[in-house]
Amino acid sequence: MADVKDTGVLDAAELPAEATPVEMPNDRGVTSERAVELDYHEHLKSKSGPRSMVLNMGPQHPSTHGVLRLLLELDGEEILKAAPDIGYLHTGIEKEFEQKTYQQGVTLTDRIDYLAPLSNNLAYCLAAEKLLGLEIPELAQWTRVMLAEFTRLNSHLVWLGTHAIDIGAMSVFLYCFREREEILRVFEMFSGQRMMTSYFRIGGLALPHPRGWQKRVKDFVDIFPSRVDEYEELLTTNRIWTGRTKGVGYISLEDMLDLGVTGPMLRAAGLKIDVRKDAPYSSYEKFDFEVPTRTENDVFARYQLRIEEMRQSCKIIKQALEGMPSGSHQADAPGIVLPEREKMKTQMEALIYHFKIVSEGFRVPEGEVFSAIESPRGEVGCYMVSDGTQKPYRVHWRGPSFGNLQSIPTLIEGTLIADVIAALGSMDFVLGDTDR
Amino acid sequence: MIPENLLDNPVVAALKDLATAAKLEFDELTVEIAPGSIVEALRRVKKDLQFERLTSVTGVDRYPAEPRFEIVYHLQAIAKKQRLRLKARVASDPCEIESATSVYRSANWYERETFDLFGVRFAGHPDLTRIVMPDDWEGHPLRKDYPVTGTRY
Repeated sequence: MADVKDTGVLDAAELPAEATPVEMPNDRGVTSERAVELDYHEHLKSKSGPRSMVLNMGPQHPSTHGVLRLLLELDGEEILKAAPDIGYLHTGIEKEFEQKTYQQGVTLTDRIDYLAPLSNNLAYCLAAEKLLGLEIPELAQWTRVMLAEFTRLNSHLVWLGTHAIDIGAMSVFLYCFREREEILRVFEMFSGQRMMTSYFRIGGLALPHPRGWQKRVKDFVDIFPSRVDEYEELLTTNRIWTGRTKGVGYISLEDMLDLGVTGPMLRAAGLKIDVRKDAPYSSYEKFDFEVPTRTENDVFARYQLRIEEMRQSCKIIKQALEGMPSGSHQADAPGIVLPEREKMKTQMEALIYHFKIVSEGFRVPEGEVFSAIESPRGEVGCYMVSDGTQKPYRVHWRGPSFGNLQSIPTLIEGTLIADVIAALGSMDFVLGDTDR
Repeated sequence: MIPENLLDNPVVAALKDLATAAKLEFDELTVEIAPGSIVEALRRVKKDLQFERLTSVTGVDRYPAEPRFEIVYHLQAIAKKQRLRLKARVASDPCEIESATSVYRSANWYERETFDLFGVRFAGHPDLTRIVMPDDWEGHPLRKDYPVTGTRY
């Protein structure tokens, strides 16, 4: 008989009759209406009664793509409350902008979002060029469009691969990264860098086109649509994939607009909104492309939407390749754009300009501008204030991930914990972009 | 001071009694609002002028001028494809302005960020805590008198 008692199974009569909710006074004297208190161990005690528990997801969770910490208050598998905690990747980039000359600031924009360096370069350059009143040659504008679309493909491919891995489809990741590698080679060919490109500069492009770029881009454009079919073959009719994504991650369009969500999330809810069409920049108006929309507004719709966006981006790249205008890659603006190497070494005036630009930068007229572009993740806004000196007085970076992340509680509260990963993944955020 | 040529602009006209200044530069409309009536102005542009999205809230430190801070609101009217910038000046003492969260929910994190980095308090904000800096951080990094180098504030 003694052996039976030692099995460790508790009798129902031995359990406490009813657990009492834990009282949680805030010892710092701070009144906060935060759903879950973010204070050492306190946050691990639940507030909503004996049935619920608090789960700390992240900051080092593979599905958070960076360091996002989520505090989830659970009742069984259902999420009662969610409190995102960000800031782990804050590096003070906005402060740093104020210490760099305008041209140096371009390199900081790469580091905001490692998946969309060229889109960020573009938003920053457009803002500065607006202040300077520069006119950018067509060749540079078209190259910018082409590379910005490559960036979109790059970002969507990484998103698709990692999102699929989060949900359990391992092989898609390998195929996506195969194509991404080709894109990184294109970036390397143009700028010398695979990721932190800094290829768009205030006044145009950093370098003229590399030799033989047409062939590399053409090879990519020719093969890519069939590769997208391949991803779709792996996923679109896959029963596990549809089971995990269809009807998951719903959030109403009104909520999204009110919470500041932008980009594919809105388009998957049926709103045709795209800065490239609504306020074309960098000669996007000359390209023929569609803004895809879906109406289902779930994770599967967001997946299908991004697949369609990849096809459209490929179409834009093809047009840019075929219609690439000739001309200079930089604006005719001595004093702002570095002179050619040859001229700098042979002409006194060019040497002086070169020295001035490199040593002290150039002055930008007083004023303030807001330039918005459509990045892979949504709307990137660069608010730039100039006081007439060589350094920006203030640069505010309105990153799409920051706005999108704000909707997390509305998106996942009331759903099951297994769906959190799918819902978060469908949002496609980059934490560097959130925290800056 | 509202320039004559902007008086028939529908946005400026709707905000005429609250605005202290307006300008149209680089095709971007900026309306400066008296700090006490910023929420009323936001409510008006949202309800009457269909600016349904608040793109961002941020600050600019004009140190050592007074009133020291400019709180900048970027708004967007999706159907009309318009953008608008509202501004309110906040003095360094009391460094406080009314929160826009009652009008736009997206103001929540942007105001927390502005509070965190500039130290401007938003009255009526549901959870005015630091968002990107650690909870026990001293000082507000984006202020102009905050040093860039060094380990101590």
